[in-house]
Amino acid sequence: MALSGMRGLSVFISDVRNCQNKELERLRVDKELGNIRTRFKNEKGLTPYEKKKYVWKMLYIYMLGYDVDFGHMEAVSLISAPKYPEKQVGYIVTSSLLNENHDFLRLAINTVRNDIIGRNETFQCLALTLVGNIGGREFAESLAPDVQKLLISSSCRPLVRKKAALCLLRLYRKNPDVVNVDGWSDRMAQLLDERDMGVLTSSMSLFVALVSNNHEAYWSCLPKCVKVLERLARNQDVPQEYTYYGIPSPWLQVKTMRALQYFPTVEDPNTRRSLFEVLQRVLMGTDVVKNVNKNNASHAVLFEALALVMHLDAEKEMMSQCVALLGKFIAVREPNIRYLGLENMTRMLMVADVQDIIKRHQAQIITSLKDPDISIRRRALDLLYGMCDVSNAKDIVEELLQYLSTADFAMREELSLKAAILAEKFAPDLSWYVDVILQLIDKAGDFVSDDIWFRVVQFVTNNEDLQPYAAMKAREYLDKPAIHETMVKVSAYILGEYSHLLARRPGCSPKEIFSIIHEKLPTVSTSTIPILLSTYAKILMHTQPPDQDLQSQIWTIFSKYESCIDAEIQQRAVEYHALSMKGAALMDILAEMPKFPERQSSLIKKAEDSEADTAEQSAIKLRAQQQSSNALVVTDQRPANGTPPVSQLGLVKVPIMSNEKIIHGQDQSTGEQVVAHTNGALTIMDPQPPSTPSPDLLGDLLGPLAIEGNTGIAPQSDPNMGSGFEGGTNADALAIAPVEEQTNTVQPIGNIAERFQALCLKDSGVLYEDPYIQIGIKAEWRVHHGQLVLFLGNKNIAPLNSVQALILPPSHLKMELSLVPETIPPRAQVQCPLEVINLQPSRDVAVLDFSYKFGTHMVNVKLRLPAVLNKFFQPITVTAEEFFPQWRSLSGPPLKLQEVVRGVRPMLLAEMVALFNSLRLMVCPGLDPNANNLVASTTFYSESTRAMLCLIRIETDPADRTQLRMTVASGDPTLTYELKEFIKEQLVYIPVPSRSAAPMPPQVRPTSPPNAVLDPGALLAGLL
Amino acid sequence: MIHFVLLISRQGKVRLTKWYSPYTQKERTKIIRELSGTILTRAPKLCNFVEWRGFKVVYKRYASLYFCMCVDQDDNELEILEIIHHFVEILDRYFGSVCELDLIFNFHKAYFVLDEILIAGELQESSKKTVARLIAAQDSLVEVAKEQESSISNIIAQATK
Repeated sequence: MALSGMRGLSVFISDVRNCQNKELERLRVDKELGNIRTRFKNEKGLTPYEKKKYVWKMLYIYMLGYDVDFGHMEAVSLISAPKYPEKQVGYIVTSSLLNENHDFLRLAINTVRNDIIGRNETFQCLALTLVGNIGGREFAESLAPDVQKLLISSSCRPLVRKKAALCLLRLYRKNPDVVNVDGWSDRMAQLLDERDMGVLTSSMSLFVALVSNNHEAYWSCLPKCVKVLERLARNQDVPQEYTYYGIPSPWLQVKTMRALQYFPTVEDPNTRRSLFEVLQRVLMGTDVVKNVNKNNASHAVLFEALALVMHLDAEKEMMSQCVALLGKFIAVREPNIRYLGLENMTRMLMVADVQDIIKRHQAQIITSLKDPDISIRRRALDLLYGMCDVSNAKDIVEELLQYLSTADFAMREELSLKAAILAEKFAPDLSWYVDVILQLIDKAGDFVSDDIWFRVVQFVTNNEDLQPYAAMKAREYLDKPAIHETMVKVSAYILGEYSHLLARRPGCSPKEIFSIIHEKLPTVSTSTIPILLSTYAKILMHTQPPDQDLQSQIWTIFSKYESCIDAEIQQRAVEYHALSMKGAALMDILAEMPKFPERQSSLIKKAEDSEADTAEQSAIKLRAQQQSSNALVVTDQRPANGTPPVSQLGLVKVPIMSNEKIIHGQDQSTGEQVVAHTNGALTIMDPQPPSTPSPDLLGDLLGPLAIEGNTGIAPQSDPNMGSGFEGGTNADALAIAPVEEQTNTVQPIGNIAERFQALCLKDSGVLYEDPYIQIGIKAEWRVHHGQLVLFLGNKNIAPLNSVQALILPPSHLKMELSLVPETIPPRAQVQCPLEVINLQPSRDVAVLDFSYKFGTHMVNVKLRLPAVLNKFFQPITVTAEEFFPQWRSLSGPPLKLQEVVRGVRPMLLAEMVALFNSLRLMVCPGLDPNANNLVASTTFYSESTRAMLCLIRIETDPADRTQLRMTVASGDPTLTYELKEFIKEQLVYIPVPSRSAAPMPPQVRPTSPPNAVLDPGALLAGLL
Repeated sequence: MIHFVLLISRQGKVRLTKWYSPYTQKERTKIIRELSGTILTRAPKLCNFVEWRGFKVVYKRYASLYFCMCVDQDDNELEILEIIHHFVEILDRYFGSVCELDLIFNFHKAYFVLDEILIAGELQESSKKTVARLIAAQDSLVEVAKEQESSISNIIAQATK
């Protein structure tokens, strides 16, 4: 074959190839780029031939991986050249260099359109190819009608029409509205009658996309698809050039079967019979042959047929035929077929009841777990995970553990997570479960996430029978020479709690346990030291009679860490030291951990969420979820003069990792101000489990935290009831909270309105707090659904009675609150999930009517719930190409509303941008040329509107910041109006009500009249 | 849908790229680097599929060249594998026993051929004969234009003598 005919290009390519090293290559390329740049600057003197040559050189340089940041214009300008050779180069280079978002493409739209509607067939082809490959939304809106015309035109030749079909497919993907369903289904049916196989293949691709979005409109096409399939399967009337290794267009067969999978069923009995005949023929008639390509092509068809059979949920006989085939495939030598066999078997598990048949192949699948090919190993792991149940869990998990030591790093995290989940889900007995998790940590500690060891601690705590066994196992692992840090954490934790159960065994005296754990201390990181300190304190407490020697050793350690730079370690050291000197008091404070409330494993939940992901993805996603889900409701609101004495208690009883994660989680995810945990604002564990088990939205071990531990509050309450905490042994030396001035009314702590406002902008925080109770809230929003959890925390050491929570939802929200217990035990926290569904756009706010009784006081508050309009927004960035057509198409009321807003709270533009972004209205910089304006966009979700794009434009006046003009547009009139009003509310200055006139102060209804002092605020309570 | 097509030599040199989904320049470079790392190091006789970032890359090696196509997870892998082979057969027919050098010096022709086989990441034409005919027609259009040009410039040159 002769060279390109462009000598300059060939010479340049040879030069580059002859470069000895990368450096010389770069020099040669830079020289050429310089040359091209100069030539382009003086465009007048450039012949079309030269221009073409330089543009090719640019593409070549670009392909070598160098940045080519100029000359795009020259490439684009060649598109409008009058002659074919230049035009062709312009089209091809443009579509290779630029992507659909490039601004220059817009310049070419007109030329491209002229070529499409012009008479020159070759130009039409070039233009359709470019649009089909890199056309974006703007192309979709301006060219779709012309492209449709070409596709159905009877005067166009097949070579144009097949390109038009795929071009339309591209435009449809960019904007589904360009294909009007009403008229199109008939045309689509006609296209499926097409005789030319090229046009039919392209049209079938278009059809797959259309039908995947909306099969209802295309029922009439279903029989046509079956006809096409029959024709191909019987090889009737298929031109020779369209058979590939003797198989009538395997691609068209695959596509047609794919299209059929988008219809829920095939109802017409005749069509169904014909289809099953074809499928039967494919299933039975596909043999393994020597020719690789023929084999691949016929199996491509076969696997698609399998998928279709599974989808149609055919007769039992045909299904078992499929499983038999797959069983054969997973044992063959050909790796592609083995891979696909495993993949499809996993799919089959999901649709059909074939678990028992698949189990027969377990040994074979386990073999594939050791395949040299990681792709195949991944499939095998997925399949084993999917087919695991009580009967085979032991075998499968043990295989996974064995494989863990040799598995590639890329797979270990997924592998250990899956093993942990299976062990938990299907454990025949709990000691086996403990064995598995400890082995897991031992073999792949780096890949075991904290959730896994939290979970095992939880099981051990909740099962007394298990505790001696777990302690013994933990002790055994500590004897190993080099153990992973996670193993240090879990064994220190377990031994701290339960080592006294082993006391009589050899090597398990408190002293020995202490010294073997202490050996590890120099090797661990700062996050583990606090756990070890807790363990030491517990060992000390369990040593009866006290061992002076051990005590002085441990005290030395405590005093050493009293000056540690890490605040957490320092605080623990100081407190444990002080506490342990108290002798008897220690017993009580360091008592064994209470049982955890039963709840679904967060591991399993996470696995369910990320089921479909690949290994890397799921790992990343898991971490992300971990971070957000651990963002607990922690507050920095504390009484000014209370030094919380009991909070340290919480620290003793909570694995420290979780505390740290709370802080980190919040730090990272919200960047909000977070209370420094050194001042103990965290958590008290309740001595009894909360009365309602609740589904867990937070990290597993973290559940019962999150209320502010503060018995210092106690003296504030009515002295009549004070007797309840006289005997609190822990409240002596350290409980130095002074008595506050007594009040007879229950005053909320903090401003309720401000708290509500804050919660409108973020998803977790405190909704309400008074001396007795704290109500925290944590919400997750997904499209038009919301999942809220109310954390009701009793701050006192006396129970709260007659607790009632009533939701008063506005008409546009569907809300369901789970059962709220009547009593909240002392210092306990209960979680009440609340489901929200948004039906339509509205600014109305839901109200929580909450009441409880403390002693003789009846407290009632009405609290607005932050299930507000902006929670159903999903911020979205739109580009100029997307924004302007939308903006123009929404012309005027009621879809687009404009208003001049006065009395705006003055703020800088940057503040306004921040406000909008926090309302989930994404500000898109650069869309509005005027720097004083801002443009924002978001997607709103509700059941009636579904996903709806909203566009907002604000024009400010730098001279007068108290007024602005606002334009809001969306596809739904109510939404537009509500959104406009909503933004207005956010912008207009609202005076913060003074505390006494707070919109919703709690209403105190004394049950004993003599004590009645009517709160003036109570009168206002109705005025929400 | 095919998101992109890559031709990479055994040394990691890129011989052709075609992107059907929008990627920025940075992403393109990163993808090429990542995938050449994964694919070029795979031992022979493994399967032709690599799972990558939630997608699948179907690849096949022909002599010193790796042909790679990235598709969605639920696409039919074998179908894509045979699209690759279909492409190679057409190149082979066009260049007459194609080798890497043909694709280096005539890389633009490879782009012409690919554009006749795929549009929008979907198969456009499965007949080798039709594709060959269309490419030949394009070539002759270019030839004719070239001849016209030279004859016109000849005439002008002679006239101005």
